Amino acid sequence: MRVMASVAMVMNLDKCLGCSTCSVTCKQTWTNRDGTDYVWFNNVETRPGVGYPASWEDQGRWRGGWGLDGSGRLRLRSGGRVRRLSRIFANPEMPSLDDYYEPATYDFDMLLSAPAGEHMPVARPLSAVTGLPMAIERGPNWDDDLGGSSIYAASDPNLTALHDQGLGDQVRLEFEKTFMFHLPRICNHCLNPACVAACPSGAMYKREQDGIVLADQDRCRGWRMCVSACPYKKVFMNRLTGKAEKCTFCFPRVEQGLPTVCAETCVGRLRYLGLVLYDLDAVEQAAATEDPTLLVEAQRAVFLDPNDPAVIAQAEADGIARDWIAAAQASPVWALVMKHKVALPLHPEHRTLPMVWYIPPLSPVLTATTQMGGDNTDADDVFHAVASMRIPMAYLAQLFTAGDVDLVAGTLMRLAAVRTHMRALTTGVGRDAATPVGLSGADLEELYRLLAIAKPAQRYVIPRAHREDAARLASWVTGCALDSPGGVGMSPTGAPAS
Amino acid sequence: MSWSVAAFGVWPYVALAVFVVGHVWRWRSDQMGWTTRSSQISEKRLLAWGSPLFHVGMLAVLLGHAAGLLVPASVTTALGISEHAYHLLAVTAGTISGTVLATGVVLLLLRRFVLKARLRLVTRRADVVMYVVSAVVIFCGMWATLQHNVLGAGYDYRETIAVWFRSIFAANPSVDLMVGVPFLYQVHVVAAFALIAVWPFSRLVHVWSVPVGYLTRPLIVYRAGRQTSELVRPSAVSGSGGSDYPVRRAR
Ligand code: SF4
Ligand code: SF4
Repeated sequence: MRVMASVAMVMNLDKCLGCSTCSVTCKQTWTNRDGTDYVWFNNVETRPGVGYPASWEDQGRWRGGWGLDGSGRLRLRSGGRVRRLSRIFANPEMPSLDDYYEPATYDFDMLLSAPAGEHMPVARPLSAVTGLPMAIERGPNWDDDLGGSSIYAASDPNLTALHDQGLGDQVRLEFEKTFMFHLPRICNHCLNPACVAACPSGAMYKREQDGIVLADQDRCRGWRMCVSACPYKKVFMNRLTGKAEKCTFCFPRVEQGLPTVCAETCVGRLRYLGLVLYDLDAVEQAAATEDPTLLVEAQRAVFLDPNDPAVIAQAEADGIARDWIAAAQASPVWALVMKHKVALPLHPEHRTLPMVWYIPPLSPVLTATTQMGGDNTDADDVFHAVASMRIPMAYLAQLFTAGDVDLVAGTLMRLAAVRTHMRALTTGVGRDAATPVGLSGADLEELYRLLAIAKPAQRYVIPRAHREDAARLASWVTGCALDSPGGVGMSPTGAPAS
Repeated sequence: MSWSVAAFGVWPYVALAVFVVGHVWRWRSDQMGWTTRSSQISEKRLLAWGSPLFHVGMLAVLLGHAAGLLVPASVTTALGISEHAYHLLAVTAGTISGTVLATGVVLLLLRRFVLKARLRLVTRRADVVMYVVSAVVIFCGMWATLQHNVLGAGYDYRETIAVWFRSIFAANPSVDLMVGVPFLYQVHVVAAFALIAVWPFSRLVHVWSVPVGYLTRPLIVYRAGRQTSELVRPSAVSGSGGSDYPVRRAR
């Protein structure tokens, strides 16, 4: 056993209103530059829908993530190392700008400079790529709230998978009536990152101290294999520098004990940040679990109980500081993922062991319960709805459990039990909701507090990076750009960069 | 100094000096800019053909040049390869790889300078210079081969150009040998050294980053602690990583 600490996130999809505040604040922080204009480290997509980049889940096209080879060993879906190197001159599996969208600006100048005339001047859209007038036909969230669903939602790769199971045609109709939710996505800072494994120059790496996966701007040589290898399409090529960039988990903030920008600014307050201790030695074997539907449990088994004395002793032996162990014990991620098991990873079948987990959306089920004439505060009625809503459950299972419907249903039932239990507590009416889902009343109350009323201090439990590093860290944050080659004013021509 | 001494006695050394010093400077000052600067994200249809044809053709052509320039005729003769057989082999292999290379170059030039909309603003001055010089090198080389060795009576560069080329590295350039060389070959050679001089300032530096280490390293890379290079540097954050990234304009 080798104990490692990793930062992790849980998002409660029930509370996401799809406002995209997270996307905007993230973009303002990290990707508001030429070259990354089309890049959204954080994006929010409507489900069902094609997402961003369009059909990113269609691994038939991109060959992202890991599979197993004939003898059950992990192997990137894009093949062995030699195959990848042989595709280095042109990577056939890499999405192009058209799969994201062509970023645009508007000819605002026209509004001011147009000569006086009979008609209002119009600001035409101009492509940020070519500088030429363009028609805007796609965006990072083009099918928001099921807009244009007959085209977009219909081509959702998860629905295609259901179609193959014979559930296809009903899906479209039923979904649009009863089921829609938003899915905010960032890089999952995976335990078994496919992007890192695919990088020929060793520029993509995982930080030992906190598991954050980064793209080293100095060592990236623009081979582009990470972009196609990430099954979540969360590595992007900067159009101008030709280098890979990705979500940084806001490491400069996290090192200071601050939440990521997306979490801090989330309007729905649905993001939880915390540490998870895990066993590095168990990662590979877990990722190679043969049956994809067992991958969620396999990943849970890699996580280590921070309250277990043996784990604590080993963690200390492996150099994890006391305050980090304490943070792992107070981690909301541990509580949601391991203790109460209400969170699931996105597309575990890609075997990257993602560290961003999701609490699946219960509200569409509640709506359906009411539509079916049931009482949505009554656990039995909701359980009944969960059990009978075959298609939405199958859809959620495609997203979160590699197709295991029972696992999704069980998770939703635990969430329903929280509501029923709290209602019984406050009104004195209702029955025991805890026992059927295998939790205690105290568990449900703790879950209620965490899900409904937790303050930032409980939602974000992030230990600061160690003081030993602080001086160097501060020198970076406040440092002079002239200190490093390539900094402002250090351009080859000596001209200050505009 | 006569033009021949300038072109064949001095220019190669200037170019090689720029090549060496330029690389040292670039490596030390511009890791951020050290990349293929792949534009696949912007355009991939023509690239899918152009780039592999270009690279494979180029590798074959370089091998051919190494054989032709570095292996003296006396060695191949000693190995029992007749002049005629050598000529036949060199011209055939050269023509095939040259055609592959030229097709690739044409596609890449077409992509970047004719059907350029998407690439217009990402093409830098260094790219233009590099493309122009390499195009001159490649097309003069192809043309010379066609005119003299495929259609013509055959020109034995191993008695002149190759000997001169080796003499450069002996620090005693036999400029005289180059004076009578057909004009196209002369241009080819001078332009080739220009390309060598441009090399460190262009995206060609990616050649030195061929990721052979990838074949043997552990797949998952962990890094401990913090290193300067791991930080997203101010240059990356402010988007001023290079000298002349085109600034997007509204119109
Ligand atoms: S989600 Fe992040 S860590 Fe995982 S493979 Fe993609 S880019 Fe890498
Ligand atoms: S800010 Fe929060 S609520 Fe708004 S879209 Fe992002 S995750 Fe959803």
